Amino acid sequence: MADHMEKINDKMAKLTIKRLSAEEEFPDLSQHNNHMAKVLTQDMYTKLRDRATPNGFTIDGVIQTGIDNPGHPFIMTVGCVAGDEETYEVFKELLDPIIEDRHGGYKPTDKHKTDLNPDNLKGGDDLDPNYVISSRVRTGRSIRGFCLPPHCSRGERRGVEKMSVEALDSLSGDLKGKYYALKNMTDAEQQQLIDDHFLFDKPVSPLLLASGMARDWPDGRGIWHNDTKTFLVWVNEEDHLRVISMQKGGNMKEVFNRFCAGLTKIETLFKDKGTSFMWNEHLGYVLTCPSNLGTGLRAGVHVKIPNMSKHAKFEEVLKRLRLQKRGTGGVDTAAVGGTFDISNADRLGFSEVALVQMVVDGVKLLVEMEKKLEKGQSIDDLMPAQK
Amino acid sequence: MGSQWLRVCPDLIPRTVTSFSCLVCSVRNAIMPFGNTHNNFKLNFKVEEEYPDLTKHNNHMAKVLTKDMYAKLRDKQTSSGFTVDDVIQTGVDNPGHPFIMTVGCVAGDEESYEVFKDLLDPIISDRHSGYKPTDKHKTDLNFENLKGGDDLDPSYVLSSRVRTGRSIKGYTLPPHNSRGERRAVERLSVEALNTLDGEFKGKYYPLNKMSDAEQEQLIADHFLFDKPVSPLLLGAGMARDWPDARGIWHNDAKSFLVWVNEEDHLRVISMEKGGNMKEVFRRFCVGLKRIEETFKKHNHGFMWNEHLGYVLTCPSNLGTGLRGGVHVKLPKLSTHAKFEEILTRLRLQKRGTGGVDTASVGGVFDISNADRLGSSEVDQVQMVVDGVKLMVEMEKKLEKGEAIDSMIPAQK
Repeated sequence: MADHMEKINDKMAKLTIKRLSAEEEFPDLSQHNNHMAKVLTQDMYTKLRDRATPNGFTIDGVIQTGIDNPGHPFIMTVGCVAGDEETYEVFKELLDPIIEDRHGGYKPTDKHKTDLNPDNLKGGDDLDPNYVISSRVRTGRSIRGFCLPPHCSRGERRGVEKMSVEALDSLSGDLKGKYYALKNMTDAEQQQLIDDHFLFDKPVSPLLLASGMARDWPDGRGIWHNDTKTFLVWVNEEDHLRVISMQKGGNMKEVFNRFCAGLTKIETLFKDKGTSFMWNEHLGYVLTCPSNLGTGLRAGVHVKIPNMSKHAKFEEVLKRLRLQKRGTGGVDTAAVGGTFDISNADRLGFSEVALVQMVVDGVKLLVEMEKKLEKGQSIDDLMPAQK
Repeated sequence: MGSQWLRVCPDLIPRTVTSFSCLVCSVRNAIMPFGNTHNNFKLNFKVEEEYPDLTKHNNHMAKVLTKDMYAKLRDKQTSSGFTVDDVIQTGVDNPGHPFIMTVGCVAGDEESYEVFKDLLDPIISDRHSGYKPTDKHKTDLNFENLKGGDDLDPSYVLSSRVRTGRSIKGYTLPPHNSRGERRAVERLSVEALNTLDGEFKGKYYPLNKMSDAEQEQLIADHFLFDKPVSPLLLGAGMARDWPDARGIWHNDAKSFLVWVNEEDHLRVISMEKGGNMKEVFRRFCVGLKRIEETFKKHNHGFMWNEHLGYVLTCPSNLGTGLRGGVHVKLPKLSTHAKFEEILTRLRLQKRGTGGVDTASVGGVFDISNADRLGSSEVDQVQMVVDGVKLMVEMEKKLEKGEAIDSMIPAQK
């Protein structure tokens, strides 16, 4: 490996001959407000520019998206991506501080716990459906041995697709389903997937585009879902796989059961093929964006809380419950009719069960508070402690 | 990072607008795909596995790139590391336009045209009317060789403009260059431009340091170019690190303008109101020569060779890289049955007054030379001058209700 690294570094170094000095190459981050810009100094850049991962991913590849997208006024974006599993090791001087800042002080020596045993979830089957309109859990997975979406070649992407579809096609029972490749989709299929709110189209977010994730679109991309439309997998969008379990109403327990069963089954199928998901005991599941490390999990509900959301302490309550709000269109959209998307804020440093538990308990409390406010009562005695 | 996915209209503008009335500051949040990638794993995959799916594509690259050709070129790279995948990425990501045959590939450096000649020569031939790998291109920037051109009727010809591009030898091109290279190109260019005097004396406005007042003035003058939105350019990585090292230089009289590090290292534009193309071309040639001399003094000439002429990022701009055009009022002629035929015979093309792919407004068209490679600058501007003169005469005839059949020209 070291010898291999030498050769690659040598090759990359030769490519950098035409590149000018580190000072002349260092990006102008003066207008920038993202995690990468906060952390990357010229000294750090000077050191990291002479390295490359065994697959040829360089520091410029890591940070391009953060340079091209100075920042969002309300959201602190990450500003960097991984091109392969090794990125997190080769560029740790940059990524460790970013991970720490983004994930509540998570240290380079910390260990992440994975728990996909749904029996460990307490309750979650009784969220009031008059308030909780739908429940959903999503995560991402990367297949070891392939580069990640910012860096993969067409051949690799197709390899990921082929392997994923083979694995998914062998699912049975309530997970039995079908794959719809984006480029072979008929108009009728496309319309149905749009109606189901399943279809993802070419990314338009400049954050994703600047990192190269839309190259060769729609080659190697597709959507798989089971017959009952409650378990859905996106192939080769922002990550190799995005796995989603969802249904109407407030039975988060069932959603999580299906989520864990499906994921575990898929992981077994991949192991049978001689590969596995990218995972390690420090970072948990390894994904393209550092913000999704650990569990990569976002569990959430669409919930009607018109009174609660206008309460002066709403933000404070969310913070203490370690939850975040989004509009029902997803991140960066506005809430419509007092209906909010409420989900876990954390990804790394907590297990899957722990995060879904926070959502279940937190949403239950929020609904209780909403009911109190409806009756004109105070919610002061219901205020939670900081989790 | 999860955002909502929206439909992207596949009929988006194919090329950045480059006519002078179109440098309108556009949407700030333009999309910005990646430039190029060096993935060492891809050679582990078979050709079939890496060869792009071009079945839905209609651009020059897709017409030419066979699997065998891809197999031959896939492990090659220029000395700066540009690969065939980098050359073709924009063509893979942009299947094509129903009405415009786009090129679908770019050069990352001067060497690209050599290392990937198996792909680029047939494209050049197809795009530039059968230009052969053995043909020689003639450069003529002697404005005195232009006949006439100072008397286009200003009642019809509203404005005249000539533009071209130049690449600085020793640096890679916008799809591939690093920040340091781009900044060096900017530095050299600004040094060169600052030595200009007389009618060319002017000032440089870097994009990232522009004050609000300066920005407004440049927008009002229709000089300001903003971050590219065209997916053709973005797919080739030309918007990386925007707005770092990009800027606009213009002379005090606002008749000579240079863009730095947009689609090419330099875009040079001469323009003015009215129909005096002779003067526009004179200024163009004189200014270009002065700039080239200054660069030569610093041992940085422009990329040029006797086969391809001036070497630019897009193969469609090889040769002269020149587009000489006018905004001309032809409400009657443009609705005549033979309009397209006349343009073809005169070797001219029409665009709307917003530039390529825009519609004409009030019968006013942007008429310019169709050719770039295989004829000289003087030849091309001569075609515009002669052709526009003829079309204005035809317009006048049609106004009087007379026929223009006797005036239809032969194929140039």
